Amino acid sequence: MKDPALFTYCMRLADDSAILSQRLSEWCGHASHLEEDIALTNVALDLIGHARELYTYAGQIEGKGRDEDALCFHRVEREFTNLLLVEQPNDDFAYAIMRQFLFSAFMHPFWEAMMKSEDELLAGLAAKAEKEAAYHLRHSAEWVIRLGDGTEESHNRVSDALEFLWMYTGEMFECDEVVSSLVAKGIAVDPMSIKHLWDETVNTVLVRANLERPTESWMQTGGRKGEHSEHLGHILSPMQYLQRSFPQAQW
Amino acid sequence: MAVAAKILRSELDQKAWNAVCDVPDPEVPVLTIEDLGVLRDVHVQADGSVQVTITPTYTGCPAMSMFAFDIEAALLNAGFDKVEVKTVLNPAWTTDWLSEKAREKLRAYGIAPPNGKASRRALFGEEQVHCPKCNSANTSRISEFGSTACKALYRCNDCSEPFDYFKCI
Repeated sequence: MKDPALFTYCMRLADDSAILSQRLSEWCGHASHLEEDIALTNVALDLIGHARELYTYAGQIEGKGRDEDALCFHRVEREFTNLLLVEQPNDDFAYAIMRQFLFSAFMHPFWEAMMKSEDELLAGLAAKAEKEAAYHLRHSAEWVIRLGDGTEESHNRVSDALEFLWMYTGEMFECDEVVSSLVAKGIAVDPMSIKHLWDETVNTVLVRANLERPTESWMQTGGRKGEHSEHLGHILSPMQYLQRSFPQAQW
Repeated sequence: MAVAAKILRSELDQKAWNAVCDVPDPEVPVLTIEDLGVLRDVHVQADGSVQVTITPTYTGCPAMSMFAFDIEAALLNAGFDKVEVKTVLNPAWTTDWLSEKAREKLRAYGIAPPNGKASRRALFGEEQVHCPKCNSANTSRISEFGSTACKALYRCNDCSEPFDYFKCI
């Protein structure tokens, strides 16, 4: 393989998008009202678009003939390197919205910074993804405010979601050798370089939502190494069922 | 000779372009791929095969495979039997590429066209969207996301018309 670090990096980003997209798709037909059903699946669609580009590109870098479908549907749990945040379940609408907000508040400045990447495909994808992520962020932020500043019930639920999901936010800012070697080449985004932007968005929105930012404490991590929560397997089983039962099925 | 060959090639390119430029958007059928700016380039190669370059409006746009299929069919009808449809992301598609004619077509179809330049908006920036029926600016957003990735849902507070807004990106 000509660039194993770039392959790993693209797979991480692809897995983040694919797994979150699958989570959001679970709302199809179940969201609070029709408009929201359509909104969550629209966000899922954008994320599928990002995942497809990234898996295809990773497959080309790897050079073993694996295409987007092989990489998404023919790998096992331990081979997935998505953030733990995106695999967290849809226990409650407030959890899904908070998960989206914490992720999009990171991804919007991330793609914006990626537009300057030395890697032509990543820079090109970033120019599109940045515009889409701006909508995802606006949508989820408005909901966080509406729920936090809403009834006692909605406030408590979104507050619980924030408390629960906070420990998964540290992982977004981790910078291991894969990332740092690509940052040195001008290809990857140094996550710490956008931390202040994430903080600013999160703080602004939480204040408007009457929510308290959790105190900094221990952060759960492991997704980038394939160490997942129990939830990932349960996402993969329906997601990969068809390709596992009928490999290479097409329609 | 070289000049003649070049002219010949560009005439062929134009013929191929004319064959595909009217392919409609499956989700907004009043717009063609040329109106949208989705069609980027059409080139007839030395062996007679046609390379068509298109760009998606949104990365996950499900209409892309439909476009590719319709483009191949249109070129087949025009006598080009070898077609390759290539998708590029760069430069990123923007609603700024919609022509004035395309905006007018959208309005007549009942979809509010995107506002001016795709400018960088603040997190909670509100856009003033005009009702495509009565042109009132007194409208409110029902949802940021509509029936397709490229649209949002609005309602006119004056004439009560619910309508799609072609999002500015």
